[in-house]
Amino acid sequence: MPISALLALEDGSVFHGQAVGATGETVGEVVFNTAMTGYQEILTDPSYARQIVTLTYPHIGNTGCNAEDEESAAVHTAGLIVRDVPRRASNWRSSESLPDYLKRHGIVAIAGIDTRRLTRILRDKGAQNGCIVAGESIDVDAALAKARAFPGLNGMDLAKVVSVDKPYGWSEGVYNLDSTTFNQPAKRFKVVAYDFGVKRNILRLLAERGCEITVVPAQTPAADVLAMKPDGVFLSNGPGDPAACDYAIAATREFLAAKIPLFGICLGHQIMGAAVGAKTLKMKFGHHGANHPVKDHDDGRVLITSQNHGFAVDGATLPSNVRVTHTSLFDGSLQGFALTDRPAFCFQGHPEASPGPHDIGYLFDRFAKLMQEAR
Amino acid sequence: MAKRTDIKSILIIGAGPIVIGQACEFDYSGAQACKALKEEGYRVILVNSNPATIMTDPETADAVYIEPINWQTVERIIAKERPDAVLPTMGGQTGLNCALDLADNGVLEKYGVELIGASREAIRMAEDRELFRVAMSDIGLECPKAAVARSFEQAVEIQATVGYPTIIRPSFTLGGSGGGIAYNREEFEEIVKRGLELSPVHEVLVEESVLGWKEFEMEVVRDKADNCIIVCSIENLDPMGVHTGDSITVAPAQTLTDKEYQRLRDASIAVLRKIGVDTGGSNVQFGVNAETGRVVVIEMNPRVSRSSALASKATGFPIAKIAAKLAVGYTLDELKNDITGGLTPASFEPTIDYVVTKIPRFAFEKFPQADARLTTQMKSVGEVMAIGRSFHESLQKALRGLEIGKTGLNPTGLDIGTEDGLATLKRELREPRPDRVFHLADAFRAGLSLEEVHELSRVDPWFLAAFEDIVLTEKEVQEQGITALDAARVRELKRLGFSDARLAELIKTDEAAIRHLRRTLGVRPVYKRVDSCAAEFATTTAYMYSTYEEECEANPTGRNKIMVLGGGPNRIGQGIEFDYCCVHAALALREDGFETIMVNCNPETVSTDYDTSDRLYFEPLTLEDVLEIVDLEKPKGVIVQYGGQTPLKLARALEAAGAPVIGTSPDSIDLAEDRERFQQMINKLGLTQPPNRTARNADEALALAREIGYPLVVRPSYVLGGRAMEVVYDDADLSRYIREAVQVSNDSPVLLDRFLDHAVEVDVDIIADQDGNVLVGGIMEHIEEAGVHSGDSSCSLPPYSLTPAIQDELRRQVSLMAKELKVVGLMNTQFAIQGDTVFILEVNPRASRTVPFVSKATGVPLAKIAARCMAGRSLVAQGTTREVIPAYYSVKEAIFPFLKFQNVDPILGPEMRSTGEVMGVGRSFGAAFARGHDAAGIKTPPKGKVFVSVRDADKDRLLSVAKDIALRGFTLVATSGTASYLTGHGVACERINKVLEGRPHIVDLIKNGEIVYIVNTTEGKQAIADSFSIRREALQHRVTYSTTVAGARALVHSLDFHDTGEVHSLQELHKELSA
Repeated sequence: MPISALLALEDGSVFHGQAVGATGETVGEVVFNTAMTGYQEILTDPSYARQIVTLTYPHIGNTGCNAEDEESAAVHTAGLIVRDVPRRASNWRSSESLPDYLKRHGIVAIAGIDTRRLTRILRDKGAQNGCIVAGESIDVDAALAKARAFPGLNGMDLAKVVSVDKPYGWSEGVYNLDSTTFNQPAKRFKVVAYDFGVKRNILRLLAERGCEITVVPAQTPAADVLAMKPDGVFLSNGPGDPAACDYAIAATREFLAAKIPLFGICLGHQIMGAAVGAKTLKMKFGHHGANHPVKDHDDGRVLITSQNHGFAVDGATLPSNVRVTHTSLFDGSLQGFALTDRPAFCFQGHPEASPGPHDIGYLFDRFAKLMQEAR
Repeated sequence: MAKRTDIKSILIIGAGPIVIGQACEFDYSGAQACKALKEEGYRVILVNSNPATIMTDPETADAVYIEPINWQTVERIIAKERPDAVLPTMGGQTGLNCALDLADNGVLEKYGVELIGASREAIRMAEDRELFRVAMSDIGLECPKAAVARSFEQAVEIQATVGYPTIIRPSFTLGGSGGGIAYNREEFEEIVKRGLELSPVHEVLVEESVLGWKEFEMEVVRDKADNCIIVCSIENLDPMGVHTGDSITVAPAQTLTDKEYQRLRDASIAVLRKIGVDTGGSNVQFGVNAETGRVVVIEMNPRVSRSSALASKATGFPIAKIAAKLAVGYTLDELKNDITGGLTPASFEPTIDYVVTKIPRFAFEKFPQADARLTTQMKSVGEVMAIGRSFHESLQKALRGLEIGKTGLNPTGLDIGTEDGLATLKRELREPRPDRVFHLADAFRAGLSLEEVHELSRVDPWFLAAFEDIVLTEKEVQEQGITALDAARVRELKRLGFSDARLAELIKTDEAAIRHLRRTLGVRPVYKRVDSCAAEFATTTAYMYSTYEEECEANPTGRNKIMVLGGGPNRIGQGIEFDYCCVHAALALREDGFETIMVNCNPETVSTDYDTSDRLYFEPLTLEDVLEIVDLEKPKGVIVQYGGQTPLKLARALEAAGAPVIGTSPDSIDLAEDRERFQQMINKLGLTQPPNRTARNADEALALAREIGYPLVVRPSYVLGGRAMEVVYDDADLSRYIREAVQVSNDSPVLLDRFLDHAVEVDVDIIADQDGNVLVGGIMEHIEEAGVHSGDSSCSLPPYSLTPAIQDELRRQVSLMAKELKVVGLMNTQFAIQGDTVFILEVNPRASRTVPFVSKATGVPLAKIAARCMAGRSLVAQGTTREVIPAYYSVKEAIFPFLKFQNVDPILGPEMRSTGEVMGVGRSFGAAFARGHDAAGIKTPPKGKVFVSVRDADKDRLLSVAKDIALRGFTLVATSGTASYLTGHGVACERINKVLEGRPHIVDLIKNGEIVYIVNTTEGKQAIADSFSIRREALQHRVTYSTTVAGARALVHSLDFHDTGEVHSLQELHKELSA
């Protein structure tokens, strides 16, 4: 007999389904992601901390799980909501089924619900706080109360929560599907990467451009980093409200003042925005998917990008030494900017993809070029 | 950037007649392209020889040429219209080949016409296998090992390097025509030689086998700014080895991780860039090794295709429309995504939140001699698509939508309990035929493990698990019976896609009982919208599918609604003509202010474009699925007359369930189909039918046969469309038929009709309204004699030999019958005229195959007018009471798939086997017939030897034809009987051996290329078998042949008219009519 599960949202919506992960309960902000591939990358993306993700594609778990597709050492999503987990996974690289993987990581997950109905609620009402309960005895009212008791992500600093404790080095390149090994590229630059919840593929793509990387904890003071005399500093993606990361904003200001090449992704982009004086804001239901068109204002081309953010930089509040480089064609929101008087730029979406298209991977080349020019 | 202003007019090349490998998906794409370019203010000129298309409606383009698609004719159109550009990517392989010919023959240069959408170089690189391989290796992509051979000897050398099994692909043929898989030297020789012959450039690719690999397809769109998007990924359930058109395919890809998917995405885009497809849609096919993940590129098409039509329907992203706009200079970000009401740009990748399954439909029952094993040569004639929220659901919906008598994953009937049965089952899994999908289920019923089934079939375990789930669930349902069916259980079963009918079979009750139970339990489907964005943005577009979920998004309106039931998957006998009618009904009633609702499940069609009707339900056309929609929408009227047999079969049940069927009543439809009731009506009206009787056993059949007199048309009572129909000439023939062809019994009697030899067959299409007024749409005189299925004969409008008196008699008779049947809407009648006697063969109070042809010929939109009659507007109110009889002739010519099926006799008979049609227009019958032949690609015989061999009954009639042949400078050769008859009547004629008379014989002459034209008529099973090799060799060697004397006469007369005529646009022709 399948174990039953329930999802309750703060607006009072209730969905009944079956447990497909660990039993127990979990709370978080419920968001939808429209990517049709890459559930394992999504589950292990630290930016999803305290978020319960619903995937809009109805069959999730088709290709099982493997060790190479993880974006961090842990599953960070607070829970998973899907329409169906197929009984059998099938892929030449699969080593474990999704339910086993979820159970091993203690992740509560629910299947069998109308995920499209859920997505439409999130679209119309905005991201909702929610609670999944999976197990023998389920109390609907208690679940609703827990959903409503979740404080939400506004003002929540999660970067320091998911960050590493101690610095570590990284030199591995991307995974090669033909040789089934990770590349070991040559090194040209020394880069310090702030871990606000960094995805491995960012580090791999930096390594591919010749970066020898030192990953440092979120709250590492700028002075410590500058003392390492890096060629460039990278500000990673991560969860939570950028406004709460005052330490990172302060450090970024110091890097800008030092005119060191600087590249930020996602939360890193928002932190850079805050550092130059722009406002950040919470979005209605954010951008989460692998099909978002973004316009590059330099050449007018459209790139299909991977996106995962619930906060954004308010483009109207950017100072005059900022040049907007990228704009979302879905809603016209700010996607990337560069400073006109500093070797610094950043992007709101995910050029490292994983999951998602590789169209905007050229930003890593841009960072390498900045470092080259700064020599 | 925006659109180009330096070009003002654009010529679009269509795909021509429906053939295997090129069906109505190109009407869908072409019609979209025409609409899109007209919308942008360009003058659009269209050439397409196929009259049964929406794109050849005079409203679709500024100048519509229903003319042959060859470079010579298109040059005349270019010379006359002087377009600035040609868009060649909308007309399939036909369009591309014609564009290449225009370029190669200097036509484009001569008239300063630019190719847009794809350059000559890009087309060549994509089409030429060797250039393609080099291009792929340049960008670091692998292809299967292969090389091009231009001779058999060369092929043998290459084969030694790639091993068996070997794949052979002829260059530049449609749908892989003439290709195949060779497992041994003998097969290799046969396929290579055939391939070399069929390839217009006489080359074949000899290729490493990647049989059993997984197969994927990516639909890519690129604009001139190099923006690329993947519209859809498709995974084939049938692994490599089965042509993708014959494979069950699923969207999106199911078994790729993101890393693997992105690798294919990157590769697809790299392929487009390398080939140089500057703007528009293309597809790229990949093979992926299931064990190692190794990827090979199989091929790419630099144009819209069958799969791009599927991808458009699967995602809601209109590829052809967008591709047309990109071709005139727009970039993707300048275009809107219509389905979200323009909220988002077209520069994004659709994401879907459902599973789409496409299943091909085959017609092997029409070609019993053909090998039904599926190979790299496409053989299916249609397809069905279904959408569900699980693979199980979409698979089972697609299966019931196929209309092949299946309600789901029904058992094949194979006795899997025996060793022989099991051995057969295993072979069927290994070497697929069309019913492998059912054998997969049988395999689990037989207790095979998933691993065993995978080993045998190479179908991915992910798909197999779903089959196993369904089979196991069926077993539970069977064991637990009806009492276990509570609301939760029924809901669970419906979520797996089980139809009420399948559940009824499993628990041995009837469908109505299950429907009643399900509704009592409150288990009803909901309708979700196809929105291209997985609900991220709100949509107002009502493109919907059913599923069993919590929330329904249908939001029906309170408007006056008319629902049109479509025709389902294309098949021989029910194809694009019916979709054309459905589309016209929707357009006309929409114009009149009704809300129109379309229900159909054929992804190739214009009717399933979400733009055609106000609301589209992409659903199987079964009683269950249709009733649920009727119940939700509560339409004012349901039109069942337009979609062919598919909706007609539902008419009575729909009416019984309270659905408001409009137009001719289901009872009248039944009367026309019921032999006895129909006979009573004919007698009452004082009309004449060929003598006919019904026999319930063999002795009775023989006795009744003598009473009626031979020859006889015999057929089983329970089949439609000429299935198993034969002409028999004597007692022995009839006895053999009863012994071999049918089971005669009380329940399944055999029908005997007097065969009217040498009779002229005529089709008449009319419209009648509720006041009993009748508008004659057109009288079509067949060229082939009665006895050839009406769908397979060519015909002329107006008639070319019938007297005015006979024509008036036909008008009188159809009016009588229309009134008696209380027809409201369309009615088609088939007559046979023998001497001065008019016989009624059949009456069909519904849309017929000829409606689009008549409409194109006369300029009268019959389907629209009739739809308005059904909705209550009389002919007088519509101002359409006058029959239009053009001063020019229009000839319809049928197109056959015989080349695709080895060992099939191309002789025409009572069983319909054509897949499509073309139309030719001329100032005389001969000119129109010649143009039709040209459009059909039938070679005009050059001067040389003509072989004639006819049955005794035709000899007198042959004489004048033979004289005409000789008069035109041909020499005649004939087998002994015909030869002595001709010489005896003063016509010089050489004698040649029949095949059985020793060598050299006639087939030797054909093989040696000595014969330029063949007239061969024959009768009786044995004589037909004896002369089979003549017709088959003629076909194989592209020698023009006629299998009726009437056909020969028309062809010979038409020889005087070739290349004399000008080209006419439909608009010019119709203008003459109103003048």
